[in-house]
Amino acid sequence: MKVALFYDRIRYEEKSLAKALSEAGVKLELQDAKRLELRPEEQLDFDISLIRCVSHFRGLYLAAFLNSVGMETVNRFEVLHVAGDKLLCSLALYRSGVPAPEFSVAFTPESALRCVESIGYPAVLKPVVGSWGRLVSLVGDSLSAKAVLEHRETLGGPLHRIYYVQRYVAKPRRDIRVIVVGDCVVAAAYRYAPEDDWRTNVARGGKMVALEPSEELCDIALRAAEAVGGGVLGVDVLEGPEGLLVNEVNPTVEFRGISAATGVDVAMYVAEYVLGVVRC
Amino acid sequence: VVDVEVKCLECGAVIPLPDDVMVGEIITCPDCGQDYEVWDLNGEEAVIRPAELEGEDWGE
Repeated sequence: MKVALFYDRIRYEEKSLAKALSEAGVKLELQDAKRLELRPEEQLDFDISLIRCVSHFRGLYLAAFLNSVGMETVNRFEVLHVAGDKLLCSLALYRSGVPAPEFSVAFTPESALRCVESIGYPAVLKPVVGSWGRLVSLVGDSLSAKAVLEHRETLGGPLHRIYYVQRYVAKPRRDIRVIVVGDCVVAAAYRYAPEDDWRTNVARGGKMVALEPSEELCDIALRAAEAVGGGVLGVDVLEGPEGLLVNEVNPTVEFRGISAATGVDVAMYVAEYVLGVVRC
Repeated sequence: VVDVEVKCLECGAVIPLPDDVMVGEIITCPDCGQDYEVWDLNGEEAVIRPAELEGEDWGE
């Protein structure tokens, strides 16, 4: 069996995945997405692809190409498309009845401000595409909301004009990251926000502490993963006053922090999953 | 790989390569902080090039 691992930079995750796949006995081909020239009429010489691009759009369009020419990918294009966009993800969770924070969307700063006022302060404004907490803003009053919206307007790029508004969930200074691989929860950990931030992203200094997932946590994470199409996913869960809520689902999940915190060899589970997809 | 280190293209400092270095890995100059991507390890000398800057769509 031949597996292609597509990357644009080799991080801990890609190194671990390469090692796990090689140890599983597959013939592994590492492919730098930045050097690709893809033509639909050319035959691809592998059985399945693992999409691990750090650039969301690079991975998204690569998956679109590969799936279109009949190549299976982990994750599939539709999953990257839905989970990689916070609005599409929230809509998928809503359609599937997965508990999640209240959200709304607007297409002008004026309408966005009305959405914020209606959802109530503090509110969260997020770009629909982006990660690591980048530009995710907690606005406490109309002055700060207006300032964020004004900045968003001047940032350029059509996606900055899609205004996603989310209700702030009063929670402990932490959230929960759950790694779902296929239909299994393989690891879960709390992510504690650093002293000087409200965001829990590890990229912002968040610290991970292992946790034993409850049945309720596993259930909500698996339902969220299924709602976006399934595969290898990082589900972020908030502990709200009335129960667990799924905040986001990440389709190109990083697992260095959670592997270190829990001791779980996430890469091995992913490798087994990839082989299972080919065998099915 | 033949080389165990490369020279920073920006400041000339020596950047050690990790033992298990792979093409695509990011290395950082210990002196000036410039990030490089390891581009080629097949020749006699390791080839590096400045790493891509973080994009707005980068992440998980």
